[in-house]
Amino acid sequence: MKHTQSRVRRPASSGPEKRSRSSGAVAARTGIGDRWQAWIDHHRHVARESLHRFLATPMASAMTALVIAIALALPAALQLGLANFQRAVAGWDGQPQISVFLHKDARAAVVESFATKLRGDPAIAEVTYISSEEALAEFEQASGLGDLLVGLDANPLPAVLLLRPRDTGNSEKMQALVENLRDHALSDSVVLDLAWVQRLTQLTELGQRLSAGLALLLALGVILVVVNTIRLHIESRREEILVVKLVGGTNAFVRRPFLYSGLCYGAFGGLLAWCLLLGAVLLLSGPISSLSSSYGSSYTLAGPGISYFTGLIGGAALLGLLGAWLAASRHLRAIEPS
Amino acid sequence: MITFDNVNKRYASGQDALVRISLEIPRGDMVFLTGHSGAGKSTLLRLLTAIERPTKGSILVAGQNLNRLRNSQIPYYRRNLGIVFQNHQLLFDRSVFDNIALPLAVAGCSKREVGRRVRAALDKVGLLQKEKENPITLSGGEQQRVGIARAVVNKPAILVADEPTGNLDPQLSQEIMQLFRDFNAVGVTVLVASHDLELIARMRRRVLTLQAGQLIYDGVPSREAHPV
Repeated sequence: MKHTQSRVRRPASSGPEKRSRSSGAVAARTGIGDRWQAWIDHHRHVARESLHRFLATPMASAMTALVIAIALALPAALQLGLANFQRAVAGWDGQPQISVFLHKDARAAVVESFATKLRGDPAIAEVTYISSEEALAEFEQASGLGDLLVGLDANPLPAVLLLRPRDTGNSEKMQALVENLRDHALSDSVVLDLAWVQRLTQLTELGQRLSAGLALLLALGVILVVVNTIRLHIESRREEILVVKLVGGTNAFVRRPFLYSGLCYGAFGGLLAWCLLLGAVLLLSGPISSLSSSYGSSYTLAGPGISYFTGLIGGAALLGLLGAWLAASRHLRAIEPS
Repeated sequence: MITFDNVNKRYASGQDALVRISLEIPRGDMVFLTGHSGAGKSTLLRLLTAIERPTKGSILVAGQNLNRLRNSQIPYYRRNLGIVFQNHQLLFDRSVFDNIALPLAVAGCSKREVGRRVRAALDKVGLLQKEKENPITLSGGEQQRVGIARAVVNKPAILVADEPTGNLDPQLSQEIMQLFRDFNAVGVTVLVASHDLELIARMRRRVLTLQAGQLIYDGVPSREAHPV
């Protein structure tokens, strides 16, 4: 017994403890300020610990982060490609133009008066007359097929009136104008040079939707990857969760480290995705600028800038957080002391 | 401090683990709970620690009715209890210090306060010099004392121990019991479940004996004729 007392000090003999105990056993209370500070400290501690855990198993963590990165890089690359495509076509003249092909046997004087009348029309901004001779000359020059035309005994090209409508935004008005022109006795056929512009916008729209759909689908994939990873984390820390619950840990307390882990996976995945994107752009920018310079353009590929950097990392971190939250709320409930 | 009023516990299997248990443990008492395995000791402790809820009857702890405790309130209720387990439930991925600090971290104690209290608890169980070690390197008796330090670090009003000397030799068991007695001496209500009748008899404290889920003895046994 003496041996015991030499090793085990009785609490009754420890001065200040005794005084605080004099009124009997009372559960210890902690002040609000202290709690707030402790809460912040705990967050900081848990964040650090989660990062340590993430880095402690570099291979496994990198694999998960890479899966997330690939899933995010795909829609991001599509988006970046679209943005670049739009930038590339922005230089082109997207103004719609109406070509009125005139009857071959129309007399010059009548055509002239028709052109004058059109110039007076408030719906038309500009009228350019290209005679069949001018058209032929232009064709010879542009196509380099002048020799071919030598064999023809007559000029096959009609005269053209090129019109620039004023109100290009209103497609109904434009369509009405076209109908009007088509009804005119002089016009052989009328072509509204709008289709390709429309097609281009439609194509871009299609691309946007595709990339949005893909992003949605792959975001779901990212969440599932994180859910599964965090589920394994929770399983491997079962003992600890049980003990923490027995000593009065709230669900939020138990959940916290896993949320930070999810955040870690997401953020690293986002960072890797951005790096993948940057790598792809660097890989492609050489061939693309030489291609565009062969067309006489100084176009260069725009890389994923700071907006992609923050967007990818922030978005991925949020997805990671969401996945971890789902995993934690689903699996932590199942771990209760028994 | 602890009141069981007509408490029944029937498991889903239809087995009655506790039958009409009524008992009263006043503040500052030290009580032993004994009985054969399967008699209902563990069930009683599980009800007391809000791991399970009674099928019938009510349990009052420090004026709080456990039946009315919402699931979200259970953690806060448990912070008023110190729980000592037979198999210590220590975490081997962290130091002795961090194991003992766990209830304080959970309760949101400041770092300074944590250091002070953990060392005070370690001092009480005589392991002050082992705070940096991993509990896996400690002996069974030392591990149990770390478990006790963790149970008392938050200065709980009630200390509950489930077979705390189950795996220890008589000498170490005696030391552990002495620790419980010391905590009781400063006002902590102590409830120890144990089947070590020899040891219990020597303590000369109130004993509750369970048999087949029923309370068959409640009193202070004499050395000569202790129950069962």
